[in-house]
Amino acid sequence: MDKARKPLEPDLRVSVAGVEFKNPVTVCSGTFGSGMEYSEFIDLSRLGAVTTKGVANVPWAGNPTPRVCEVTGGMLNAIGLQNPGIETFCERDIPFLKQYDTKIIVNVCGHTEEEYLAVVERLRDEPVDLLEINISCPNVKEGGIAFGQDPKAVEAITAAVKKKAKQPVIMKLSPNVTDITETARAAEAGGADALSLINTLTGMKIDINRRTFVLANRTGGMSGPAIKPVAVRMVYQTAQAVGIPIIGMGGIASAEDAVEFILAGATAVAVGTANFVDPYITGEVVDGIRNYMIRYGVSSVRELIGAVH
Amino acid sequence: MAKYRIPAVVVRQAQLAPGIFDLRLFAPEIAKEACPGQFVNVWVNDRAKLLPRPISLCGIDRANGVLRLVYRVTGERSGSVEYVSYDRGAEKNEYRITGETTGTEELMTYGRGVRLMVLGPLGNGFPTDLEDCCVIGGGIGIPPLLETLKHLKGNTCAVLGYRNSGMFLNEEFEKAAGRVIIATEDGSFGTKGTVIDALEAEAYVPKAILSCGPKPMLRALKAWAAERDIPLWVSMEERMACGVGACLGCVTESAEADGHSKVKNKRVCKDGPVFRAEEVVL
Repeated sequence: MDKARKPLEPDLRVSVAGVEFKNPVTVCSGTFGSGMEYSEFIDLSRLGAVTTKGVANVPWAGNPTPRVCEVTGGMLNAIGLQNPGIETFCERDIPFLKQYDTKIIVNVCGHTEEEYLAVVERLRDEPVDLLEINISCPNVKEGGIAFGQDPKAVEAITAAVKKKAKQPVIMKLSPNVTDITETARAAEAGGADALSLINTLTGMKIDINRRTFVLANRTGGMSGPAIKPVAVRMVYQTAQAVGIPIIGMGGIASAEDAVEFILAGATAVAVGTANFVDPYITGEVVDGIRNYMIRYGVSSVRELIGAVH
Repeated sequence: MAKYRIPAVVVRQAQLAPGIFDLRLFAPEIAKEACPGQFVNVWVNDRAKLLPRPISLCGIDRANGVLRLVYRVTGERSGSVEYVSYDRGAEKNEYRITGETTGTEELMTYGRGVRLMVLGPLGNGFPTDLEDCCVIGGGIGIPPLLETLKHLKGNTCAVLGYRNSGMFLNEEFEKAAGRVIIATEDGSFGTKGTVIDALEAEAYVPKAILSCGPKPMLRALKAWAAERDIPLWVSMEERMACGVGACLGCVTESAEADGHSKVKNKRVCKDGPVFRAEEVVL
């Protein structure tokens, strides 16, 4: 064989807050459980990281149903952060994920600062790699978005979490703000090691036959391909404004979408709603990024980060 | 039980009653694994319609690799759909609807040869090791009971509730069940009223019941069966997204804290759709 013609194996490794991912692909919190349901379809070891469904200090029952509905090119959800609580999570979900050769990002939710900190402290000695702090859920009244829309509150909760956390901290930002670079800078000022964006866009669907709201919660978070251009723009703006790495997400349904986010400035990318459309999609995104790199002779995916010009 | 997401091919499609369609899909991998009472997720070929339609299995033909789905078309236009022939090859028929349509309005236009993505089999299915069991279905809850009935032993009975004489599948139930009792809301056929009215009119008390239908029917049936100490299974419906238990969109309230969720919520798609009536709050 002619060795010279063999293409170089592209290097997909990226580093998020000092944690090395074998490739830049993870999943959006809440779209993948703790990976158990999707492990039937995809080997979780193929992912750079698994990001878990948000977990609180105690079990949360979530919102009444209907919790989900379809909109053109996307969907709305108002699950309300149903979760089994941190104890069950530590006993069941972490050991499950440790069977795989992937990084673990635990998404943390709470109603109050104390609740967030209780989870962060409980995770101190658990074998997880990163914490993602959800200050942007549009579907719970207290907590979540209450912390995520005011730059001062973002800085304060970030600093409080940083003080207690053993693992690097990712702050997950809301797109439901006038200027996302303000909350991004606030998180950076509070000591955040990385940012995740975007969470869902608040939306509403009305059933005109019944003249009622489709979702029991009336509003829900919009996700899916329809929000991707908004997300790409926000990742680009944020990458210009801060110096910490970004995990880009919002409507990623293919490797091409993922490359767009990386070019806009994301170090890693997360696949969310697309998991519901195709349970094999995460593996295809990994393969597709590699193929893109071979096609364009890119030796390291790190060369692509923010490479739009 | 393995799940597959595969391109299935429409074998044929026909209309059974106003708004009720009968779709046969060639999907051998799924047919091989499927059990009665399970469902599949069906994607239409309009990529703006992101989410699949969860549709129960009315028939499982393992030998030929064919799944039968009988579903109701929802949306503005469903009431005005008249009978059309769907066996004209791989093209969509001339009744193609333009503008914003529902997923089932799109699905009903697929004739033989159209390919579409299907994920399944999903959910747990009905128990079939019961003897002298009765299946009770209401409206679009009737189809999964046909395949289920074929797996039951001993004397079987089917109680079917329809809105009016626009009935569907009743002739096939006549062939498969020892006995068929019909109720219509408007009294145009069988007993006037509900499936419970029909059971009482016939003075029939089953030994066990497998049921699927609208929530008010299941609620009434639960009370009726509890009074008579009859074991009852119910198949539930809820708006779903993932279909595999990950998104927590389709939960239903459970009597006890669920082992997986640690709260009083069970996932219809994964823990169900079939539950013992005592497990769930109806």
